[in-house]
Amino acid sequence: MRVGVFICHCGNNIAGTIDVKKVAEEVRKLPGVVYATDYMYTCSEPGQEEIKQAIQNERLDRVVVASCSPRMHELTFRRTVEKAGLNRYFLEMANIREHISWIGEDKELNTKKAIDLVTMAIFKAIKNKPLYSTSFKVNKRVLVIGGGVAGMQAALDCADGGLQVILVEKNPSIGGMMARLDKTFPTIDCSICILGPKMVDVAQHENIKLYTYSEVEDVKGYVGNYQITIRKKATYVDWTKCTGCGECMEKCPSKNAYDYFNFGVAPTRAINIPFPQAIPKKARIDKNYCRQFIKGKCGVCAKICPTGAINYEMQDEIITEDVGAIIVATGYGLIDLEKLPEYGGGRYPDVISGIQYERLLNASGPTSGHILRPSDRTEPKTIVFVSCAGSRDKSIGIPYCSNFCCMYIAKQAILTKDHIPDSQSYVFYMDIRSPGKGYDEFTRRAQEDYGVYYIRGRVSRIYPKGKKMVVRGADTLLGTQVEIEADLVVLGTAVVASQGARELAEKLHISYDTHGFYVESHPKLRPVETNTSGVFLAGANQGPKDIPASVGQGSAAASKVLALFSKDMLESDPAIAVVNPNACVGCLKCLQTCPFGAIQEEELRGGKKVAKVIQTVCAGCGVCTSTCPCGAIQLQHFTDNQILAEVNALCQR
Amino acid sequence: MAEKEYVYYAGCSQEGTAQEYDTSLRVVLKTLGVSLVEPEDWSCCGSTPAHTVDHVFAAALGARNLAIVERMGRSEVITPCPSCLTVLKKSHIRMVADESFKKQVNSLLDEPYNGSVNTKSVLQILYEDIGLKRLGEKVTHALPDMKVAPYYGCILNRPPEIAQFDDPENPVAMDKVLSAVGITVCDYAFKVECCGAAFGVAKREMVNKLTYKVLSMAIDAGANCIAVACPLCQQNLDLRQEQVNSTMGSSFAIPVLYFTQIIGLTYGFSPKELGLDKLIVNPEPVIHSRIRVEKKEVGTTDTQKKVKREQITHEGIQ
Repeated sequence: MRVGVFICHCGNNIAGTIDVKKVAEEVRKLPGVVYATDYMYTCSEPGQEEIKQAIQNERLDRVVVASCSPRMHELTFRRTVEKAGLNRYFLEMANIREHISWIGEDKELNTKKAIDLVTMAIFKAIKNKPLYSTSFKVNKRVLVIGGGVAGMQAALDCADGGLQVILVEKNPSIGGMMARLDKTFPTIDCSICILGPKMVDVAQHENIKLYTYSEVEDVKGYVGNYQITIRKKATYVDWTKCTGCGECMEKCPSKNAYDYFNFGVAPTRAINIPFPQAIPKKARIDKNYCRQFIKGKCGVCAKICPTGAINYEMQDEIITEDVGAIIVATGYGLIDLEKLPEYGGGRYPDVISGIQYERLLNASGPTSGHILRPSDRTEPKTIVFVSCAGSRDKSIGIPYCSNFCCMYIAKQAILTKDHIPDSQSYVFYMDIRSPGKGYDEFTRRAQEDYGVYYIRGRVSRIYPKGKKMVVRGADTLLGTQVEIEADLVVLGTAVVASQGARELAEKLHISYDTHGFYVESHPKLRPVETNTSGVFLAGANQGPKDIPASVGQGSAAASKVLALFSKDMLESDPAIAVVNPNACVGCLKCLQTCPFGAIQEEELRGGKKVAKVIQTVCAGCGVCTSTCPCGAIQLQHFTDNQILAEVNALCQR
Repeated sequence: MAEKEYVYYAGCSQEGTAQEYDTSLRVVLKTLGVSLVEPEDWSCCGSTPAHTVDHVFAAALGARNLAIVERMGRSEVITPCPSCLTVLKKSHIRMVADESFKKQVNSLLDEPYNGSVNTKSVLQILYEDIGLKRLGEKVTHALPDMKVAPYYGCILNRPPEIAQFDDPENPVAMDKVLSAVGITVCDYAFKVECCGAAFGVAKREMVNKLTYKVLSMAIDAGANCIAVACPLCQQNLDLRQEQVNSTMGSSFAIPVLYFTQIIGLTYGFSPKELGLDKLIVNPEPVIHSRIRVEKKEVGTTDTQKKVKREQITHEGIQ
């Protein structure tokens, strides 16, 4: 065996706290090692060239690279050794950067540990076997989860690219948060006017199959071949018959249903169409408020419906779809007002959230676009906006900035002046964060042209005094306390992960952070990929994002899917579990533990029953190998012998 | 119920300006089957003056008392005063979290504090240990005319990481305790608004403004009396009410009682036994309506119902 070892300096990242020359020197003494060197940047072109040269000159048959995490450059070096004529699985990596140099300060100890890790990699490399990938067919259909602006953009781009798209939206209509906005910053163009045509395109596109009021129940399979189970929730209205005339909504006697679309600014009916531009424009019964369901009698909507679409007996429907890739565009949620007691959130009706105010401004909202405060439906003259309500507040576990509140507060303050010319708006802010194109000019316009008072400081308490809400806070620029008697208080509530984000992530095998936001593959270089191949992200489910950023990501995710589907066949990863039928006793414990359903029972000639791994489904997690009582299942590239070689290498030292 | 014994750190105020707090909580706790034992040779907690000068010194004053409790073999101490509570809890929490700080503090003490004593307020043990049900069971009298605004002050439940009790912005423990003994409580926004605390000496004008706000907010909420759990709050709201009236042009005469005095009234103790004669603003107008309710060994809700019925009768008579 002829092993070559390449120790990377990674500039000062590794060489700063590891004596790389000594590591090379020490491992050169090991049996089988015929070449060991160190290099400034092994991943650079000359660095890779050196590996190729060494393979040829020294007739190497195994290569060990000691550098960063294999997640960074394993693929790079696999290609390098392959180009030099070796099987790509003859490469082994030792992670001496993330595992040693970045975390330890003692150079001597670091060097010792580096020698250990590199030695282990050498012993494993010697045991490595050549592996070859097989190719499999790709199902060129894509699932988009979430019908907000990011999901719609992704769906349209995929569909325009000729892919079949399944779009699943959990609410009765597509449109997401953007459909609820009145105007958009910094152009003050009507939100639904620019979103509406997109919604219509989605509904009418021949390549898009739309499931609204539906949720993804289960995800099975792997990149190129996913099986999706979708739950189509019962609407109790036959949508093939419903024309969206809205007569049921007018006559429904249950008038106190919670209005999810309007964030509860005003009640709606138990049977309702969320908003005039809804797509599909169909009615749905809210079981929690419907008298037919609560009291067992009513039936008004069934009597009134001109097409006989009402069906109280309707059940949830389970649908399965096969796709090859998934785009997750599930958007964001907002912190409950109740979690902001210092602002009287949830206690006082005239303390509302920004999105609720948006609905008050909107012509299709519950007040038909007249700003009326919830308590007494009078027009407010003094309005106070509080930015960072919950955001950047470690005490409630939200240390991050919610990204777009500064901008929409400026927009709402401008619109307030348009709606009520004799009104005065105040904005309490920590910093004004307006880094987008035309954004800072916009916040300046609010102050200079619309006379909005910006007060730099935080609000300490909001309390009622007669019909007014007293907002008390600090003006840190003047160094004084200020009290404003407001008619209405609007909180720029913190953005949080959408409801059910964590559960969905677990179904998709993608990661999420402590706040429930999805984690991209690389924060800078792989912003729409996840660590699960074939699953992509778009929009605010990764963290607060405004409309332009969400749309950009929707298109980016679509382009990733189009690139993936540009090939008819995909190569499988050969590092999967393989059963040795001679050693297998057919207990099938592996079948029960496999989290991917990749193992099935097989009958050999002569009737012996053994386990069999479905190559394309196996994700190479290795659970089965530790379950197997007789060592009959071996995970390729991580076999017992290979792992033991590493352990032995470490223990002999 | 078997008698329960607590280690009781009274704090200096309870021997001076707030004697009636001490007296009233003692009779109430006795009624509830709670006995108190005081740490021998306890000393002042240092209150606000100590920590404005030096944090190590301030913690040492608190830790000295905690160390005495520790040597009594006890792991819990209660105190009625929020200021003592904050000092004791802060000393404990900081010493447990920071070994070098603990060393610094212990170097000032003859006997070291090892960090094993938890401090609770009297309100907290009434609410959490004794419980609302039992509080209600001992009620013998109703006060149908009394409408209380419970005033918690700044530090009884704040900052949350020190106080570790109730909601920091909208506390409810005192509201619930008073409701449990059949008292009508008013909800208002200034439960934790600052009364000005010790600035009553240095900046009287400011404190007058702050107390004015608290008093007027309570009155606007429909209250005819204020319940407090802090000797300094009591002093600012009660003793300074006359000052407030003269500087702010108001004419307040709203009695400010310790919440334990109110509980005592519902347990049938005489105003004298509860030290009501020590209050500045005369509480007579709100307590003269006190009537006896039929004593029955029943749960809270039944007692409350009973009290409610009595209220109706009383109003009928008037």
